[in-house]
Amino acid sequence: MLPQHLRTLAKVGNEVELEVEAPVTQRSVLDALEARYPMLRGTIRDQVTQQRRPFLRFFACEEDLTHEAPDAPLPAAVASGAEPLIILGAIAGG
Amino acid sequence: MSKVRVLVGTRKGAFILESDGKREKWDVSGPHFAGWEMYHLKGSPADPSRIYASQSSGWFGQLIQRSDDGGKTWHQPGTPPGEPPAPGPPKAASNKFAYDASAETGKPLTTHQWYDGTQHPWEFKRVWHLEPSLSDPDTVYAGVEDAALFRSTDGGENWHELPGLRGHGTGPKWQPGAGGMCLHTIILDSSDPQRIYIAISAAGAFRTDDGGKTWKPINKGLYSQYIPDPRAEIGHCVHHVAMNPKRPGVLFMQKHWDVMRSNDAGDSWQEVSGNLPTDFGFVIDIHAHEPETIYVVPIKSDSEHFVPDGKLRVFRSRTGGNEWEAMTKGLPQSNCYVNVLRDAMAVDSLDKCGVYFGTSGGQVYASADAGDSWAPIVRDLPAVLSVEVQTLP
Repeated sequence: MLPQHLRTLAKVGNEVELEVEAPVTQRSVLDALEARYPMLRGTIRDQVTQQRRPFLRFFACEEDLTHEAPDAPLPAAVASGAEPLIILGAIAGG
Repeated sequence: MSKVRVLVGTRKGAFILESDGKREKWDVSGPHFAGWEMYHLKGSPADPSRIYASQSSGWFGQLIQRSDDGGKTWHQPGTPPGEPPAPGPPKAASNKFAYDASAETGKPLTTHQWYDGTQHPWEFKRVWHLEPSLSDPDTVYAGVEDAALFRSTDGGENWHELPGLRGHGTGPKWQPGAGGMCLHTIILDSSDPQRIYIAISAAGAFRTDDGGKTWKPINKGLYSQYIPDPRAEIGHCVHHVAMNPKRPGVLFMQKHWDVMRSNDAGDSWQEVSGNLPTDFGFVIDIHAHEPETIYVVPIKSDSEHFVPDGKLRVFRSRTGGNEWEAMTKGLPQSNCYVNVLRDAMAVDSLDKCGVYFGTSGGQVYASADAGDSWAPIVRDLPAVLSVEVQTLP
């Protein structure tokens, strides 16, 4: 699931389905997302450092995965497609 | 009949305002890129249908957008307009601004001065200003924060730093102003393709005479009380610089405080604040046909970023500075407390010259008579960050 601004940018709906080869990790999901939607490159991870942008969070299966290692396996329910990986903009005014 | 297209960047999207040569009735389109900070949009002088835009967000970083049809449709350079592209590796990285740290540059800088005087690493944050080439629609320069100059020669698909600027050697003395350490002014010299002027807050103005390979600071004559040596070569908070393309080499500058003039391509500067009510401000621009007619919008002070006395006044000098007259007709003269940011004034090249500016209150004002009278084109946009004008056949 993508934040609204990124859905607009990629011209997609609320949820994007991706084919990802195992192991399914934050990095492999984001690699697949950026390959399918190149206009999102640099919006979730910095183009140069590949670090997660500070105001973005990753949730899945009611867990906060934001600070998990990029190569740590995502929950099995996400890998199977049963549950979404939620990319969320941190709440901030303005 | 000629037409005018005004490109407006705001805190929450971009707007395009179009009119015929009378400049009385306006069509407004937008918001384009709703919700995003649009620091700057500018059209190519070589192809007016080509417009570049800087789109950024605290959440999602920097993007570059390009239109090839005068702002009707947009795409990120390297991604096709319209629907998402087919799977596969993208061929471009239009939002990748990587500082050049190669050994070939000689002096790959790693730090600049932070607010507290300590050294701080260079970190890319956003593009403040896009300056398309005067002759090639696919060549465009980008002034970025943390301050550096980038260039694309493929229509914005890929960007490369001109590292000679940061490699000049004074980088450790550059420091951020309140808005960040931004390279906000890029002036291309139509009479000499090798000559470029840039300005940085807070470092000062620089000039290259060899197409960007080497740079020299051009700050002699500037005086800034907020740095240890007020006449230092580096450290001045230059807010904006303007040059009439018909008279290259004559520059006008709105500094943090002081309005300045140079007759020798920046080698020396003289103050021309004259009778201005305050010489703090951000914008400065020049009449398209009268190179001695210049415009500023004085702001009360560095701690009160709004117009003085609740009056929105454009001050015009027809003598190249020193003698200024307040232009007030059509502008609010009571209870007005807006600011006009550094890239938020522009002129068209019609006869009479049109002058345009946008405010932090979301108004975009136009004068179709060189500043004698003003009328709002729009009143209630988000805070305006930038205004550029295209004069179209």
